[in-house]
Amino acid sequence: MKISARHLDKITIFDISGDIDLATSPEFRKALLRELRELKMPRVVINLGAVRYIDSSGVASLVEGLKASRDIGSRLILFGLNRTVREVLQLSRLLKIFEVYENEEQSVAP
Amino acid sequence: MSRSSLLLKMELRSNPEMLCVVRNALGELAAKFGFSEAECRAVVLAVDEALTNIIRHAYLGDPERTIEASFRRILGQGDSRSGDALEIVLEDSGVTANPEKMCGRALEDVRPGGLGLHFIRESMDTVEFSRSNGRNQLRLVKILHVQRPQKGS
Repeated sequence: MKISARHLDKITIFDISGDIDLATSPEFRKALLRELRELKMPRVVINLGAVRYIDSSGVASLVEGLKASRDIGSRLILFGLNRTVREVLQLSRLLKIFEVYENEEQSVAP
Repeated sequence: MSRSSLLLKMELRSNPEMLCVVRNALGELAAKFGFSEAECRAVVLAVDEALTNIIRHAYLGDPERTIEASFRRILGQGDSRSGDALEIVLEDSGVTANPEKMCGRALEDVRPGGLGLHFIRESMDTVEFSRSNGRNQLRLVKILHVQRPQKGS
């Protein structure tokens, strides 16, 4: 997994690629929670377009991020969900709890 | 079960870094077995989640233990269908799994964790756990659903 962060005004955009699994989800979780709990960013956007695989630990990290965002009143947004990621989120029946957009433009819109 | 043939056998370390190796090999195996792309993803997800559970709960995160995985072609029998099936058996010598913790959780309960077993059950036709001689054994079966041409077409 590769994870990189961009900052656009008061928005953090994470670009994730590769596999989010038991080996890599701790790094993903740490980066996500840092933006929310420590930096208290008003909006955190996650680009999942290049994610090849996500398992339950990756979904758990997203849920934890969502809870952290709700705690501080910020927004956690996902975009670029490919078939693999969408299938796993649908299987978890958690897709509906996330704010999901098709692309980055929609995700960063005021 | 009248026929059974070994397709692949692996012995791997309980290191999370090994998961992607197994996923890649299993994805290829499932495709060659004849599963659709969606079915291949389901089998890979189920086995990945099962291995994750072994690493986390049976071996408590110790990356130096051993997991045995065997993959066989069998004649599978499901609730509504039967036919060629892929049988996957995962064995470990970790701590005994707690049956009460193997029930998964209510999905309405939105919180991190507890999804792995749900993914396994949703993805496979058979999920059986047993323990004997100090070893845990998880048996997973996915039946190959072959599309038959319609009469007259």
